[in-house]
Amino acid sequence: MTTLTAPPKTASPPVRPRTSPRAGAWKRRIPLLPALIFTIIVTQLPFVATLVISTLQWNILKPGERHFVGLSNFKFVFTDERLRTAVLNTVVLTASVVLISVVLGLGLAMLLDRRFLGRGLARTMLIAPFLVMPVAAALLWKHAIYNPDYGLLNGTLNAVWRLFGAANGPTVDWVSSYPMPAVVISLVWQWTPFMMLILLAGLQAQPGDVLEAARMDGASALQTFRHITLPHLRQYIELGVLLGTIYVVQTFDAVYTITQGGPGSQTTNLPYEIYLTMFRKYEYGQAAAAGVVVVLGSIVIATFALRTIASLFREEVSR
Amino acid sequence: MTAHTAVAAPGARFKKILRRKDDHGGAPRLSPLWTFVAWLATLAFFAPVAWMVLTSFHREADAATNPPTPFAPLTLDQYKLLFSRDITPFLLNSAMASIISTILVLALAVPTAYALSIKPVRKWTDVMFFFLSTKFLPAIAALLPVYLIVKDAGMLDNVWTLIVLYTAMNLPIAVWMMRSFLAEVPKEILEAAEVDGANLLTVLWRIVAPVAMPGLAATALICFIFSWNEFMFAVNLTATNASTAPVFLVGFITSEGLFLARLCAAATLVSLPVLIAGFAAQDKLVRGLSLGAVK
Repeated sequence: MTTLTAPPKTASPPVRPRTSPRAGAWKRRIPLLPALIFTIIVTQLPFVATLVISTLQWNILKPGERHFVGLSNFKFVFTDERLRTAVLNTVVLTASVVLISVVLGLGLAMLLDRRFLGRGLARTMLIAPFLVMPVAAALLWKHAIYNPDYGLLNGTLNAVWRLFGAANGPTVDWVSSYPMPAVVISLVWQWTPFMMLILLAGLQAQPGDVLEAARMDGASALQTFRHITLPHLRQYIELGVLLGTIYVVQTFDAVYTITQGGPGSQTTNLPYEIYLTMFRKYEYGQAAAAGVVVVLGSIVIATFALRTIASLFREEVSR
Repeated sequence: MTAHTAVAAPGARFKKILRRKDDHGGAPRLSPLWTFVAWLATLAFFAPVAWMVLTSFHREADAATNPPTPFAPLTLDQYKLLFSRDITPFLLNSAMASIISTILVLALAVPTAYALSIKPVRKWTDVMFFFLSTKFLPAIAALLPVYLIVKDAGMLDNVWTLIVLYTAMNLPIAVWMMRSFLAEVPKEILEAAEVDGANLLTVLWRIVAPVAMPGLAATALICFIFSWNEFMFAVNLTATNASTAPVFLVGFITSEGLFLARLCAAATLVSLPVLIAGFAAQDKLVRGLSLGAVK
């Protein structure tokens, strides 16, 4: 085709074909620039600022004492007992919330993939927890469900106990006695619907003829699940784990609202600990250093994550 | 395996035609036992939401009882009290921050997605990953410098500060979503239109817009939800003038002590826009939340 159109072009100056692709490339880039510039300014500049602040001794309660201290804030971050606890809590919180909600979400998705009476309604009801404002959900769990005196949990236990003739049910102070499980359960409640939605989308994208073939071959339900459904869902499970991790690592609302990181520092995760360092201890340098460490940790997770997402792209790019 | 399908084809094919699109092989229906399990699980997950809504219509004395009294008389008092206690400015701030930032996000994301899918720049995947990488950095790590910059600029307690931050927060998601929607515009139609001499605006308006409109709506929905629910920036960067609905919720617990029924009414009220939007667009939600990766 190019050979056909080439002859008439001989009249035009030879410079033109050299500049036009470059001009064309810029024409293609222009629509990209506003978003790119905006993103760089709003997300990258603060990070550079964090790096600078992380090398300073800076407590706003001690004005005039701000000075460069090199890496000593980082030394503090890696040796501080509270921060180590916070790292551990973040790992425990994130891992348990993501794992439990993926498993529950998978179970629910398997059920909702089949037809049953009121499936549409059940699906709508199931996604409600994910749509409730996280702060509202946290307050709801803390006051309306976990409260030892009139929360729904103890109230129901009490009602059941009375039903069986006991004078009173057990009174458990859920948040104080089981702080971490209390936070985890409220978050699992919020995130399971999210996992279910993604896995349900995966199940419904499953090619029907393969399943049918498996059934014709006499595969049991368990065999079909292990050898066909699970491998097919792998990508969707990875995506759910990945997105869940990104969001759950950053959990702030639930910790701030339900436990305030307590009792002691039993539920203080990294975001909440950084918040405390910043707005309670006013140690800006330490908070920034902790922030940098969080970013580095996130980059490690993200490297794995990007590999997963890149696999989603692969077929499209090769196309 | 495929050989077997071929052998079993006639009957199976007929059955397949009878089945609805989303129902594929395996057991088409749940047995009564599993239906019971499915509904039990559904009700267990829905119970806290139902309890929140129910309690919000109770009087304070009926709300905090042990054992619970679900059949207590219903009343609208809690909602009336909320509006008489100035929840309105908080809702307006939330609406303003969410709606304006959503519009800004779309205005920035649509041209970007165009440059990444329809007329892709070279190395467009690198650009995509750059946008995504900003999502991997926890917001808490940016809070301190953002707080200091905003303070120096005299922009603390200002809705526009939240608007800028929410725009940055949602832009990567929106770019990813919009790209996947724009990538669905058939290349042949675009080429044909160009051959016919249609200019860029005509192409965008007549061909891209109709295909991308559902995607645009889905993207807007997700951005709105994330902005509406955002808490950390809102609670740390606003005080009295610019506070949003989630800040109201937390503040009102500490300032008024605990009124359970009123708390439930407030929680229901602030969750309502997202609940309605989410119920209305369930399918869009999946694709949006998975950054357009799940189709």
